[in-house]
Amino acid sequence: MLDPTSSLEALDGRLASLPLPVEIRGLVYEAGSKRVIDGIDLTINNHRVSAIMGPNGAGKSVLLRLMHGLITPTKGEILWAGRRMCRLTARRQAMVFQRPVLLRRSVAANVSHALGLRGVVRGERAIRVDEALKLAGLQGHASTPARVLSGGEQQRLCLARALSLEPDILFLDEPTSSLDPASTLAIERLVLDAQHRGIKVILVTHDVGQARRLAHDIIFLHHGRVVEHQDAESFFAQPQSEGARAFLSGGLVL
Amino acid sequence: MTDFIDAFKTALGLIATFNPNLVEILILSLKVSLTAVFFASLLGFAVGGALAVYRFPGRGAVSAVLSALMGLPPVVAGLGVYLLLSNVGPLGVLQLLYTPTAMIIAQVVLVTPIIGSLTRQACEDLLEEYDEQLRSLGASSGDIVVTLLWDCRYRLITAVLAGFGRAIAEVGAVMIVGGNIDHVTRTMTTAIALETSKGNIALALALGIVLLSIAFAVNAALIGVQRLANRFAYA
Repeated sequence: MLDPTSSLEALDGRLASLPLPVEIRGLVYEAGSKRVIDGIDLTINNHRVSAIMGPNGAGKSVLLRLMHGLITPTKGEILWAGRRMCRLTARRQAMVFQRPVLLRRSVAANVSHALGLRGVVRGERAIRVDEALKLAGLQGHASTPARVLSGGEQQRLCLARALSLEPDILFLDEPTSSLDPASTLAIERLVLDAQHRGIKVILVTHDVGQARRLAHDIIFLHHGRVVEHQDAESFFAQPQSEGARAFLSGGLVL
Repeated sequence: MTDFIDAFKTALGLIATFNPNLVEILILSLKVSLTAVFFASLLGFAVGGALAVYRFPGRGAVSAVLSALMGLPPVVAGLGVYLLLSNVGPLGVLQLLYTPTAMIIAQVVLVTPIIGSLTRQACEDLLEEYDEQLRSLGASSGDIVVTLLWDCRYRLITAVLAGFGRAIAEVGAVMIVGGNIDHVTRTMTTAIALETSKGNIALALALGIVLLSIAFAVNAALIGVQRLANRFAYA
C-alpha cells in the first residue's frame, strides 16, 4: 500500500473494504465524577480526513481514544460498519500521539518492532521498514537511535511507523502541535498522501489552518458534546454554533 | 604501627605473587556471587517486569514487600536458608548445607529483591510513556513486559551491578549456610572475618584490598553504563 503507483481498481477495492460508517451512539465517558464525554451521537461516513476541533478539555483526545479502544466508554457504543470493536478491527487501526512515543532503539528497530507486534513475518518486515523510512525521509538514519532525532523527524517516524501497519483507519492526536512550519508541512503531506491511498484519517487539531488544509468534515466538540458536525467548507464559511463562531474568530471559548 | 606497615607489605606481596590460597578464595567468591546474581537476575527481571505490567489483587502489597526485602539483613537471609536446608528442614534431604550451592541459594534470596525492585521501578517509569502506544500497536501484556525489559536494558545492567556489589560484599549469609570451611566454602568476606580474629592481618588485608578493588570496578562500570546510555539518549 505504500506504493503510490498502485492501481485505481485496487484503491476502489480498498475503499469498499473500509469499516465505515463509524456510528457512535449515546457515548458517555466519566473520569471520576467528571463527565468528559457527555452523550455523543455521531456518524462519520466518508473516506476523507475528518477533523475533531474544540477548546481544551472539550473531550477531543478522549473521543479519539474511545474510538481507538484505548479506553472503554462508561455508556454507549461505537460501531464500525455495524460491528463493535474487536481484536481484528483494532488491528486495522493505528494512532499517532501528540508527543512522539519512540522506543529506545534504532529508527529501523522502532518500525520493525511495531510490525512484529502486528504479526508481520520477519522476511516482509525488512521491506516494509525500508518503505516506511523512505516515506519519512529517514533512509540515511536506519541505525540512528530514534530518540536523538529532532522533534519533527521523530513525529515523521511515528507517522511512518503507523502507516507501515497499513491501517484502514488512522487516528492523529494533534500530531503537529509542537512542530515548526516545515515539519508540520511534511506531516500534512504524509497525511494527505495516506488519504489518497484510501486510509480514513480522523484528526484532532487545534490549528484552524490545518483543519482548513486537510479536513473534509469538521466535528466541533464543546463540553463533551458534539456541537456541530458538517463539511469543512460550510463550517468555516458559516459556523452554526456560537462556540464554533467564537473559536474561529479567535475569541476565547470557555 | 610498623606491624601494620609490615602487614600491608605482606598483603601486597600476596596479591602480586598470586598467592594460591588467596586466588582460591577469590575464585570461589566470584563463582558463588556471579552464579547467584545470574539466577537472581532471571528471577528479578521476570518478577519486576510482571509487577510493572500485570494488574492483580495484592499487587501493591507484593511490590512493597519486595522493596522492603531490599534491606534484608544477610544474616537473616542466611538463617532462613539454613532452616530450609538443615537436616530437619523441608529441603534437608538434598544435603546442601555447607556447600557452595547453599551459599548461592542464600545470595539469590538476598539479591533477587534488589534486582526485582529496581527492575519494577524502571519498567513502571517507562510504561507511563509507552503504555498507550504499545496498546495501540496491539501488544499483549507479555509483549509489553518483553518490550519494557529490553528498553530498560541500561537500567537493568545497573540493577545487576548493584546486586553483584551486595552479593560479593556480604558475609552473614555465606557464613551461616557455607560454614567458612577451608578449600570448600571460604569466601573473601568470611576469610577476612576469620583471619582478622586469628590475628593474621596480612591475608585479611590482602583480601580486603582485592574486595575494595572489585567494589571500585563495579562502580566504574556503573558510571560507564550510564554514560553510554546517555549518549544514545536511552536513559
